[in-house]
Order: sequence, then C-alpha cells, then structure tokens
Amino acid sequence: MSSEAETFPVRSGEDVVKARQIVRSRAMHLGFSLVEQTKIVTAASELARNAVIYGGGGEMRVERVHQSGRRAGLRLTFEDHGPGIADIDLALRDGFTTGNGLGLGLNGARKLSHEFDIQSKPGQGTRVTITRWK
Amino acid sequence: MNRPASRLPAIVEQHQKEILADWLSNQTSSGASRSGRMQESQLRDESQRFLSLLTQAIQQGTEFDARSPQWAEIREFLTEISRSRATQGFTPSQVATFVFSLKQALFKRTTESLKADATALASTLWEATTLLDALGLYTTELYQQARDLVIARQQEELIELSTPVVQLWDGILALPLIGTLDSERTQVVMESLLERLVATGSSLAVIDITGVPTVDTLVAQHLLKTVAAAQLMGADCIISGIRPQIAQTIVHLGIDLSSVATKASLADAFGLALKRRGLTVARVTGG
Amino acid sequence: MDRVPILKLEDYLMVSIQVDMHDQLALTLQDDLTQKIVATRARAVLIDISALEMVDSFMGRMLGNIAAMSRILDAQTVVVGMRPAVAITLVELGLSLPGIRTALNVDAGLALLRKAIARPDEPSNVE
Repeated sequence: MSSEAETFPVRSGEDVVKARQIVRSRAMHLGFSLVEQTKIVTAASELARNAVIYGGGGEMRVERVHQSGRRAGLRLTFEDHGPGIADIDLALRDGFTTGNGLGLGLNGARKLSHEFDIQSKPGQGTRVTITRWK
Repeated sequence: MNRPASRLPAIVEQHQKEILADWLSNQTSSGASRSGRMQESQLRDESQRFLSLLTQAIQQGTEFDARSPQWAEIREFLTEISRSRATQGFTPSQVATFVFSLKQALFKRTTESLKADATALASTLWEATTLLDALGLYTTELYQQARDLVIARQQEELIELSTPVVQLWDGILALPLIGTLDSERTQVVMESLLERLVATGSSLAVIDITGVPTVDTLVAQHLLKTVAAAQLMGADCIISGIRPQIAQTIVHLGIDLSSVATKASLADAFGLALKRRGLTVARVTGG
Repeated sequence: MDRVPILKLEDYLMVSIQVDMHDQLALTLQDDLTQKIVATRARAVLIDISALEMVDSFMGRMLGNIAAMSRILDAQTVVVGMRPAVAITLVELGLSLPGIRTALNVDAGLALLRKAIARPDEPSNVE
C-alpha cells in the first residue's frame, strides 16, 4: 500500500542536488533517524547521478509505503529512457571491482537499501527502485 | 449499486443534541471516563466533537473507508484521542468503547424515528452498527500504533541509559558494554559513541566488553563497523575485555579483528590509549 | 558559476565545504586546488567537511583524487569534521577513502598536518 507519490525531474547536476534535498526532507518527515536519512539520501544521490550521466536524464518518484499497516518506509524509483544496461549482473560486479561509476552507484544504492530492484534492457532505458523501512 | 437514500444522516442531524446527551450519560455510567483519569468536561468536548464530525461525514455516505477524504477529519480526530488515551494509560477496549457506546443512543433515536417502517428501521440500524463497528475497530488499530511508538521510545531511552559513555581522560572515552547485545541496541549505542567522540573532541574510545556474555556475528559486525567509522572520522578504538570464550567464538566465526587493537583488560587498554596520546603516568616524588 | 573558496594560511591551504555540492562544483574544486597548491607552493591542504551531511561515491573519489594529486605535488592532505552519520554510511558503502588522512576537527587536523609535513613518508593514520 503506497500513498502520496511525487515525481521530480532528474536531468542535471542541480537536479541531483535537489533530489537529495527532497529525499532528506521526506525521510525526516517520516521520522527516520539521522543515520537512516543519510543512508537513503546517499543512495538517492548515487541513482540520481546514474540517471543523469548514464541515462541521459530521467525522473525520480518518491512515495511513502506501508508494510501490513505497521512499518512505514520510503520508496524511490529512478527511471530513465537512456541506452539501458546490457548485462546487469556484470555492471553490479564490475562497479565493485573496476570502480566504474555506474556499477559503483548501483552497488552503493543496493547496499544502503533494504530492498533493491532493477529493470533494464538495452534500448529500453533503466528503472531502479529502492526501499528503506523505518 | 442502487440503494434508496439512507435515513441515518437526517436522523443524526435532527437529533444530535439528544443523541449527545444520551451518549454522555451512557459513558459516565459505564465508567468510560475512569474517574480521576479524565475529566468530565474533556469527555463532553470530545464526544461533542466526534458527533459533529460524524454528522458532517455521513452526509456524504454511511460507509466508512479509511482511505477516503470524506472520513479524513474523523480519522484525524480519532488518531488524536487514541494517542492521548494511550499515553494516559487507557486500555484499547476503553478507547474503542468510546465509539461503540454511541450505538445505544443512536439506536434509540433511529427506532423512535422509523418505528412505523420495519424495513427502513432494520436497514438503518444495520448501517449504523456497521459504521460504528468500523470506526471502533479503526480506533483499536490507531491505539496499537500509538502504543508501539511509546514502547519504541521507551526502549531507546532504556538503551541510552544503560550504556553511558565515560570520559577516562582528556581525549579518551570509554564505553563499558554490559549485558546481552542485540543488533538494534548495538547500533544505537555505537552511534552515540561516535557522536560523543565528536562532541568531546576525543580521538580514542575504549570499548569494553567484559560484561558481555556472548557475541554473535551480527554484533561483532556492528562493533567492527563502528571501529571503521571512527577511523574514517579520524579517531580510533581499542576493544578490551575479550574473554576466552568470546575470543574462541570470534575465531570460529572467522571475524577479522586485524584493523583494531585489542587488550584483555580495560586497564591495559587505558594504558595503551595513554601511550598513543603521548601521555605517561609518573609518580610524584618528595612531599 | 560559484566556486568553493580556498584560503591560504601560512604554508597550507584550507577549504571549507559549506554547500551541498553538485558534481561540476566538485570537479572545479579539484582543479582550483591543484592550481593553487602549485601557485602558492603549499605544503598541505586541510579540507573541512563538517558541514557535509552526505558523502557519496563520487565525493569520496573526489577527495581521493585531491589527496593523490596533492601528494604528487608534495603536499599533504587532511580531511576533518566527518559527521558520524556520514562515516557510518561510508562504511556501509564499503568506501574506505584510502590514502586520506582524517581528523576530528580543524585543530586536530592542523596538529596532524604539522606532523605529516615534518615526516611526509610515514603512513597515514587511515589505511
């Protein structure tokens, strides 16, 4: 069950900064602790940057989610219509070993989130969804 | 679904005053105000507000939907009183009874108004009871949530109180951990240790685990992560009080402690900390 | 375009990052610092990140680059004021900022700098 989804453009360096601020504010309102806020803001920064640099610009969707009426969480979805990723597993492994920005960002976001999902196909853009529960 | 218009909104609106009076007397006689816990004036205000919000809301329909804006104001109101009563120590039943006890007063007026029309009476009573049941149950859920928040906050306070950070010397802090560590407690404690390092400008923290009976992988990971974080910040940690059993567990679990200095006792750790800060203890001669 | 101001104090440079930086600003800072180290023959660079609420992989790499470039130019780098929440997140990310010396605050950072300038080949306090 989700509520209050809002979408923001992520097309430039300034948008990445704005995205961080938006996520910080939402996380604060949800009552996340300082450390939890920092984790999701950092994850958002990584994914927003990926959308701008590798995805040719995209959007970030922010929504509050609830798990069986009890746990509250924040779900972020980053979507771009860029070239897409040919081999996701490779990107995730690669980023860690060669320090490639895309993979590093994806890995970073994955480590900082409770849930991580990525959909991407060459020519069909990329959609990454992360969730962090309170 | 085509239904004949509900009679309930009109009945409630026309007889609001009498319904309120009946409801109030029901509540006081059933002890819902728990003499001493809540003042009669507060109960009257809350009942009045609820009834007026209910009257407004049902003008648009008599089915309760927790997600519809039609019921938003009532939801907010119920959230308010659930929270305040939870903190005042009321049981969930007592809070729900606030809503359920309205039934009797409502049924009375409905019966009087519709006694000539058995079908209408039956369906209106059904509407009223379904609606109030839904609202009463919603209150119970809210109560649970509010209670959970209180418990969580109390737990946090307990954790902070039971693990104080101590300043051993200028620039040297100690964190004596006592009792079983669980993942959540460890995280909270470690975060506060890092904050204290910054606040006191201390570059060394001795984490003493003499009083910790067992350490599992998760807790060990948290400890190591805290040490790593301290080092990133420009400080360092020494872990002391590792008992033989814990040392064995650490080896068995394959945990790598090479990045952090360890000492058997807090005293040894303090000695190392002094040395690292270029300090020494000297005996005062003469006198 | 705004630039992050770089102060020259005695024989070292000090940078205080006050603002949530976008990537371009960070890259400009890297360039500016390198140029200024050469221009002023600074022996050290102190970077104050106490106002930063977040350090991600890009920022981490930027700090690493600054440290590496400074070393080539015979200057020591110290990063001070990292917030606990940032440190915890970096650990979670698995970023260790290799080759970067850190200290809790400006005073501690200056003390560290003095030592590092005097003995530049000793390993940093952070692996």
